[in-house]
Amino acid sequence: MAEAVTEAPVVAAERRGGPQRWLPYLLLAPSVAYLLIFFASPMIQAFGLAFTSTTGEWGLGSIRAMLGDDRFWPAVWTTVILLVVLLPLQFALAMAMSMVITSRLRGSGLWLYVFLLPLGVSELGAGILWYSIFVEQGWLNTVLQSLGLIDRPVIWLDYREPWRVIGTIVVAEAWRSTSLIVIILVGGLRAIPRDYLEAADVFHAGPWQRMRHVVLPMMRPTIRTALIVRTVLAFEVFATVIALGGTGTDVLATQANRAYTEYQDAHLASAYGLVILLVSLVAVGIILVALPTRKERGE
Amino acid sequence: MQLSRREVLRLGLGAAATGLLAGCALDTTGAPGSRGSDGLVFYSTQLATTEEAEAVRRQILAGFPREVQFAGDSSATKMFDRVRADARAGSSSIALLGALHGEFATLAKEGLLRDMTDVVEQLGDRGFTRQYLDLARIDGRYAFVPWISASYIMAARREALQFLPAGADLQALTYTQLLDWTRAIQLATGSPRFGLPAGENGLLKRFLQGYAYPSFTGGVNTTFASADAAAMWEWLRAIWGTANPQSVTYGFMQEPLLSGEVWVAWDHAVRLVDALQTRPDDIVSFPAPTGPRGLGYLPVLGGLSIPKAVADPQPSIELIRHLTDPARVSTTLRTVAWFPPQDLAAIPGGLPPGVGQEAETLQRMVGTPGAVASSLAVGLGGQSGTYDKVFTDAFRSIVLDGGDVRGVLATQAAALQGVLDSAQAACWAPDPVGEGVCRVG
Repeated sequence: MAEAVTEAPVVAAERRGGPQRWLPYLLLAPSVAYLLIFFASPMIQAFGLAFTSTTGEWGLGSIRAMLGDDRFWPAVWTTVILLVVLLPLQFALAMAMSMVITSRLRGSGLWLYVFLLPLGVSELGAGILWYSIFVEQGWLNTVLQSLGLIDRPVIWLDYREPWRVIGTIVVAEAWRSTSLIVIILVGGLRAIPRDYLEAADVFHAGPWQRMRHVVLPMMRPTIRTALIVRTVLAFEVFATVIALGGTGTDVLATQANRAYTEYQDAHLASAYGLVILLVSLVAVGIILVALPTRKERGE
Repeated sequence: MQLSRREVLRLGLGAAATGLLAGCALDTTGAPGSRGSDGLVFYSTQLATTEEAEAVRRQILAGFPREVQFAGDSSATKMFDRVRADARAGSSSIALLGALHGEFATLAKEGLLRDMTDVVEQLGDRGFTRQYLDLARIDGRYAFVPWISASYIMAARREALQFLPAGADLQALTYTQLLDWTRAIQLATGSPRFGLPAGENGLLKRFLQGYAYPSFTGGVNTTFASADAAAMWEWLRAIWGTANPQSVTYGFMQEPLLSGEVWVAWDHAVRLVDALQTRPDDIVSFPAPTGPRGLGYLPVLGGLSIPKAVADPQPSIELIRHLTDPARVSTTLRTVAWFPPQDLAAIPGGLPPGVGQEAETLQRMVGTPGAVASSLAVGLGGQSGTYDKVFTDAFRSIVLDGGDVRGVLATQAAALQGVLDSAQAACWAPDPVGEGVCRVG
């Protein structure tokens, strides 16, 4: 047994010297090629487009056009507001849903499938679905009227009441994409060793103490991943905003889409894409700094 | 080397997945708009909604001897990009293009379309209306074959008619009467019941360019910031006060008309036809109103053309012959409610009730004394989207945000001149057609 233990690294070292040395790179090559072709190359092209004009000259014309657009700053603010409202709301919801799924209650596994159903609905489909709920002659007003809670239909999608419209978008987005965070959090919850939770029980920790001192610290890397994924996706929210807010509510992604499809200006659309990329990077940076892992904290 | 059963299974699954992925990557014959083994690709920016595309595939293309892949995508930008990419590659994956007059004008200006004069001459028996043939002629030759036509009209629910102002004739309304009418409806019902398609896919820009501007000012670009234009914007601001605020989400006005959210609406005839077909007794169509300078309206013409990069145009010409055949024209009218670019009397089989009502309205509108036919923006090339943006930005600033009319018009007039200068575009109807870059007035 002792011989086997001492021999193993020697054999491995010998193997690394041969063609096996290139094996890891060979295995990584398809992924690298995929990332280069489908991610890096379009991104570099988008940078090029954002800083060139239609005649191919380099300059800041598209950036100036974007900053000079009356709809730019409202789009930035609505995007940020949506993120600030959605992120804590979805995180709290997802945490509660994950706890239900991982609890030992009877039938708790079934909830996983129930909670994941919205993931099967496309963003545009979700937008249309919620539009049919919030529109003046929609389901919500019908239910509220039949319950006698309102006398006449409320116009929920009234652009003159921006907070009301943002509220409808938040509801639709929370319904549509919370399950994505749930998947990540469930993974994290299931990875917590049972010993820790049992130790907390031994010390008579209550549910809140268990959550605060055991579950949340153990899930820090998972929560970080979930927040990063949701933040990046929040900057791409697009179809629900178009369906519910129409042309009265703008976010950066709808502006980018409009610049390309409606104004036929790929340069302006790329400038918006660049802003989305920058804002996403800043937000991800904030999350990485605010939630360091134990290794990063030197523990 | 011994492999366990589990490893064999893993290898098998891996190989299957790899094969599947490779198949997805390499086999593009199923992708919309690509050329199949023997199929012709018919790419169209029109008839692109799911229902319309299904009607094209199942009924309009039925009977054509070759397989045709119909790819409908309403984005003109995507169509331009594909045709340009094909031209650069030297071979076209698209056999036939279906698009609007203005979209073809952009491609024709870039020299990307085949000269269709011989095809138009071969199809002399189709009886295309002279007005549409003239529109199809760009720079002295036919850039496309007329295919489908339409225009924009108004529609109202019958319960709205009781609030018409005294002495007003529904078939000959003025813009002032329309405002009085929608105000009366709002007063009586307590709800704003006018509607304009100001949503993401709505055609409000065409209302401004082809209806409001020509009717109030007699022009569009040359009168963009004039005193008459200021009066038009004031009118629009007033009538918007009687419009359902959900109008910013409306793409097609037929749904809000049917649901009752909107009682009086303006839209493209094709985007109203479902309401007229579904409830012909409850919903009526009528011409657009007349303004101080006449009744401005915008005829819409869609056509068929062949990219220059197509090596063998003969199958594409056969497909054009099929699509313009009187029997297919009748099917097109019945299934997707686009009108033919020919005299309706020549279409076999009569018209369905809703379509018939629209046809009457259109004929009445065109025949109104003082009717001013506008043309879709011509010669703007890739600037047509930016041109539309000037109008939607002005609408947003003046009507939605309540900005100062004169100030906004001055700012947007400069932007408009920039678009026209950059495209080197001459004026088009209803502005005085002339040489040189059009000057914004």
